[in-house]
Amino acid sequence: IMKLKLLNPGLEDRILSHDELERLEVEEAGDRPKWDNKAQYMLTCVGFCVGLGNVWRFPYLCQSHGGGAFMIPFLILLVFEGIPLLHLEFAIGQRLRKGSVGVWRTINPYMLGVGIASMCVSFLVSLYYNTIIAWVMWYFFNSFQEPLPWSQCPINANRTGLVSECERSSPVDYFWYRETLNTSVAIDETGGLQWWMILCLISAWGVLYVCCIRGIETTGKAVYVTSTLPYVVLTIFLIRGLTLKGSVDGIKFLFTPDLNELANPSTWLDAGAQVFYSFSLAFGGLISFSSYNSVHNNCEQDAVIISIINAFTSIYAATVIYSIIGFRATERFDDCLSGNILTLLNTFDLPEGNITQSNYQEVLHSLNSTNPDIISNLHLKTCDLNSFLSEGVEGTGLAFIVFTEAITKMPLSPLWSVLFFIMLFCLGLSSMFGNIEGVLVPLQDLKVFPKSWPKEVISGVTCLVCCLVGLIFVQGSGNYWLALFDSFAGSIPLLIVAFSEMIGVVYVYGIDRFNEDMIFMIGHKPNIFWQATWRVISPLIMLAIFIFYFSTIVTKEIFYIAWDPESENFPTLEKKPYPSWIYVIIFLLAGIPSLSVPGTAVFRAIREYCCKKHPSAPVQEIDSVSYKPGNQILILN
Amino acid sequence: MLAGVLLLIFLPPLVAKDLCKDSQDGFKVRLSIKTALGDDAYEWNESEMFLFRSTLAYAMRKQTKQDTYNITNILVCNDTQRVSFVFVVTSPDDPDQLIPKEQIEQAVRQNKHRINNAFLLSDMTLEFVGIPPTLAAPIIYDTEPWLIVFGVVIGAVAVGIVALLMSTVSKKRRAKEKAAGLSEEDEGIVKENGTALSGLGGKEGVYNQTFSNDNRFTEL
Repeated sequence: IMKLKLLNPGLEDRILSHDELERLEVEEAGDRPKWDNKAQYMLTCVGFCVGLGNVWRFPYLCQSHGGGAFMIPFLILLVFEGIPLLHLEFAIGQRLRKGSVGVWRTINPYMLGVGIASMCVSFLVSLYYNTIIAWVMWYFFNSFQEPLPWSQCPINANRTGLVSECERSSPVDYFWYRETLNTSVAIDETGGLQWWMILCLISAWGVLYVCCIRGIETTGKAVYVTSTLPYVVLTIFLIRGLTLKGSVDGIKFLFTPDLNELANPSTWLDAGAQVFYSFSLAFGGLISFSSYNSVHNNCEQDAVIISIINAFTSIYAATVIYSIIGFRATERFDDCLSGNILTLLNTFDLPEGNITQSNYQEVLHSLNSTNPDIISNLHLKTCDLNSFLSEGVEGTGLAFIVFTEAITKMPLSPLWSVLFFIMLFCLGLSSMFGNIEGVLVPLQDLKVFPKSWPKEVISGVTCLVCCLVGLIFVQGSGNYWLALFDSFAGSIPLLIVAFSEMIGVVYVYGIDRFNEDMIFMIGHKPNIFWQATWRVISPLIMLAIFIFYFSTIVTKEIFYIAWDPESENFPTLEKKPYPSWIYVIIFLLAGIPSLSVPGTAVFRAIREYCCKKHPSAPVQEIDSVSYKPGNQILILN
Repeated sequence: MLAGVLLLIFLPPLVAKDLCKDSQDGFKVRLSIKTALGDDAYEWNESEMFLFRSTLAYAMRKQTKQDTYNITNILVCNDTQRVSFVFVVTSPDDPDQLIPKEQIEQAVRQNKHRINNAFLLSDMTLEFVGIPPTLAAPIIYDTEPWLIVFGVVIGAVAVGIVALLMSTVSKKRRAKEKAAGLSEEDEGIVKENGTALSGLGGKEGVYNQTFSNDNRFTEL
């Protein structure tokens, strides 16, 4: 086991010793906010980790990578990648009692870039994540009517028929692409701001502001609802789903294992990426949340519990989603078959009931042998249940198109719609708490705002700025921008940050010192599993995922899919290449956070060098106060 | 003579059948009774056909506002097991003349609702081939329902923000007043809940740093 340790002078001066920590704990003399109780902390972390990805990314990955067989790479990587990283973030936050910027600056001032990268990523992700919540709220607002607006096509202007765009696609597609997004045909066409979406965006940021206005004091109360309600709704949907026809087919389809997929490297890559992003690691929020804990909190137990809850939620949500998808697929299959049967009955004037689902194939066969030309002219659709089941979509397509369509086919649709979108709203909002924490606390640590400003004003200004920048996503091309941000802002930089975190804690802070801290905090040294994963296994896995990701992005030509009513394959989304100026944006999104990790170190080194040249520098830069008895007063910078 | 009489008797229905079969002004009708009613489906027989012809005559009466239309003016042919057939409408004044297609279409469209209800069917299950169903008028709301819900949510958010900000302001004001009266603080610590320090964790009271004997702030 590598005993490599990098030089780290002055570390002792920057951190609180164990005695000081103990004193702070006993006297409660610090001015750091605290959790009211352990439940709040656990619910907040669970809420941060469990998000929209558990509902709309994991089921798709599961189904497309061999169903039940996907559990194997998922659980293996959960144990070797997710849990160690989670434990690491909890422990380092609890020990150093600072947010992400503070922690990395404390470990080594040259590692400040890691904190800044976390903050940038949290900021970029907050921007588009809250837009998704705005979309969820729009659907929620529209769920309080019967019939639901996406259940039927609207009538065109001169009342002669249905709107053509809707007729060619489907009511749910039309409502999503036209009435919600009013999407333009390409990313360079802005399409103008959509006023109804602006209102929803304002309400999304408004609700977030109310919950985050005083930091964990207010979010700690909000999570009692936002973290528990999704489980209630999922259970209700499970019970409802299991009573619908075809739901069991969906679940069977989801979990049917195809062990051949295990040989496919992209299965492992997707599993690793899903574990990583699902845990919301490297955002800095978890470090912050953990720093508000008592110093003797058992972070090891917390990490394991939260990981298990996260995995369980993913699997549970996948079951529920696929029971409903199974129902929808069966409905579509029945409709398709009934349509064909009706066509045959009408063409051959056979009495009703002559052709049923069971004898359809034989009747078709016999009719085909007697009148093949008539049959071929009918253009009967092929109805295959499996193809309807594998239409499984992910992301916004799943929530806003597939699931909403399934809801319209259930009795009492407005009720199910309201429940579903409340669940999505709570899932998204509780994740946003963590994202915003990952933005606000570093801003405070970096002293961007004057100290006199109260917390309410700081969070207000941040929410306002994010809301204004988020207006990018409510224009006509907003959906494409969101997909762009999602692919690039939230992927590569996080992998780099996570890798740097592990290297930073294990090799710069020192695994020996870290082990001693763990003994002080939880009473025993982390066992061989933690040692092996922290030092070797997890960094290697992160590196592998990063290399794969990077190479796929750099080598493949990137394109986006657009809703273009004029395209030939309409209603299938059309693949379009990005215009050349987008590459600049991509570089900014992925490059700036990633490059700030080495960049800050270089910048600091240059500044040190320049300062050394001028020995009459006014004040020495010290970034924390150390309560060492007998020392001089150290000036707080 | 006999042949002439026979011809006279049999000619009208034959002519009628020809009128119906070869006509361009006829409409094909399709009923899907089993699909619509399932187990409660009634059997299609002569009486039902009688009802159909009378409903159509009714529709023609309503549309032309002529009370002369009778069930004999509705001719039916090409009856199939599907339950589909073709019908034509003859003019009440002249049984050899057919009413043009457009007029029949108008009559059917205006009274489709009544015709459907007579047979307990709907626009989907009682099909007049070539006459598209009239689309239901779109529901027009005075205020869109989503705006109402949005208003409620935004109102709650605004109330929440104001309440929290006010509570912060009042807390700060109270803290300022407390700081102003800090000199009388001695009793303050003791007076908690009327008991003398018993509920404070068994330590020797609250550690008040202001009075600590820490000389680290004085040494230089």
